Amino acid sequence: MTDRDVIKVPLGPQHPALKEPGNFILSMKGELVTEMGVRLGYNHRGIEKACEQRSYLNDLYLLERICGICSHSHSTAYVQAVEEIAGIQVPPRGLYLRTLVAELERVHSHLLWLGVAGHEIGFDTLLMYSWRDREVVMDLLAALTGNRVNYGFNTIGGVRRDITDEQKLEVLKATDTLEERTKYYAELAGHETTLIKRLKDVGRLSKEDVLRLGVTGPTARASGVSRDVRKDDPYAVYADLDFEVITSDHCDVYGRTLVRVGELMQTYKMIRQLLTQLPDGAIAAKAPRKIPKGQAISRYEAPRGEDFHFVRGNGTDKPERVKVRAPTLVNMQAVSTMMKGGYLADMPITLAAIDPCFSCTDRMIELRDESDTACGEYSWPALRQLGISHHRALGIDFTELSKKLASRRDRV
Amino acid sequence: MSYEDIPVAEASPALESERLLQQQLESAFSELSGKVTIQRVRRVWVEVTMDQLHPVLTHAKDQLGFGMLCTITGTDEGTHLGLMYHLASDGGVVLTLVTTAPKDGPGPQTVTQYFPHADLYEREVIDLLGVRIQGVADGNRYPLPDGWPEGQYPLRKDWTQEMLEVGKEVEP
Repeated sequence: MTDRDVIKVPLGPQHPALKEPGNFILSMKGELVTEMGVRLGYNHRGIEKACEQRSYLNDLYLLERICGICSHSHSTAYVQAVEEIAGIQVPPRGLYLRTLVAELERVHSHLLWLGVAGHEIGFDTLLMYSWRDREVVMDLLAALTGNRVNYGFNTIGGVRRDITDEQKLEVLKATDTLEERTKYYAELAGHETTLIKRLKDVGRLSKEDVLRLGVTGPTARASGVSRDVRKDDPYAVYADLDFEVITSDHCDVYGRTLVRVGELMQTYKMIRQLLTQLPDGAIAAKAPRKIPKGQAISRYEAPRGEDFHFVRGNGTDKPERVKVRAPTLVNMQAVSTMMKGGYLADMPITLAAIDPCFSCTDRMIELRDESDTACGEYSWPALRQLGISHHRALGIDFTELSKKLASRRDRV
Repeated sequence: MSYEDIPVAEASPALESERLLQQQLESAFSELSGKVTIQRVRRVWVEVTMDQLHPVLTHAKDQLGFGMLCTITGTDEGTHLGLMYHLASDGGVVLTLVTTAPKDGPGPQTVTQYFPHADLYEREVIDLLGVRIQGVADGNRYPLPDGWPEGQYPLRKDWTQEMLEVGKEVEP
């Protein structure tokens, strides 16, 4: 095959798999992917800069909005760093409740993922089932925090809402229901031929590649790497909880499915422990408005992998620097390796299998000249032309291919 | 804010592995004596010059088990830029290599040969702070858009949003 046989196919930036932007340029030899380039940044909103201009408390709500799915992850990672700098001791009950919401968020995220994965492989019944079940945990989160997503549950020094005895019973009852449903999914993943055949050997990532590329979360654990911040660098109350880190040696999308389903079972176990061990007492300590000079690193096992926050205080009520590294930024770079030698049709599920979150990763700056009327609305043909010339500049040109197809059509 | 502001943890038996790490670093690089700070359990900081960055980084990766680069944090320190390479071990210890880079001169060499995923971390400090990392491969910028005006680094302390109004550039 010569270079003429390599065709570059652009995927995205509009909705490459999920309803989020990311651009992938796939070099194809026939149906096989030989190379893949990634372009990110479409969701960059300048949040880190905005944090420096707002107070610590305002930042908490801003950072929570980095991502709608793992909002509690970002807010917890951030408050942990601030609490460390200020030397605030969060009361045990506060930490337990923070962890409870964290694990409920994991249930909501993993069930959401299971549905998306089902949808990507044309198994929409799975999507309907798992998203129906997900509503159970969404209702719980709404009852406990007041919101389905972006809970506003954390505050510097603890949490903002306590749990009542009736709510505890509700959570336990709902956990039983969810566990029953998850057992069904685990059985499905073990026996359903359509699912197994569609996911096995798709998006392979070896253990060596995981270690080389610094991959985190369920994606790493599905390649046999037992990496979990909750165990390795325990925060909140994870050191008091009895749970296992679920791994799989499949190294493919199937393994990533098994790991997430397995993790759900561990999470239910943790929720029960959290509720039975829940200590009495205050839920938050008083936090000062001004945070002293100092810096701290906070790591958090978000549903997608390690969330890393760095905060530096300068003695005022605004931080000097807030740095966020979401798990997708590192996992996304491994997708190129997973796709090498794979089929084009496997791209959506392979991408979806790292459970990407572009908003987390890019944290948009839009450059717009208000006086320039050319920046207004595009007509449909003009937009099409813009797309063609943009991709031509990147070396993706279908002129020859279109001519070939047109001449073939003429002959027919 | 400088590196010296990192609070030093009091000696305790719980910090044995962190002390060992400190000794290992200081015996491998005599010039690091007094530059290693134990902040708390699992948090160790070491101040290195731009030239020491690569030897210390590779030693930590190959000899001390710090196989993961969590991220690179860039800061504006006023007269110069700060860079923090956060390394993590399987044991959960985070070893942060703190170094500096000039605002207008060449910065440290790329570390992508040891950590391929550092590519986006490096592009981020290049885009947002203007650190001139040496040896970065050709490729897309991250995370700013293509039409972003040159010489504007949004995470520098003297940068304000109004600066965009002057050097306005819009994607074609």
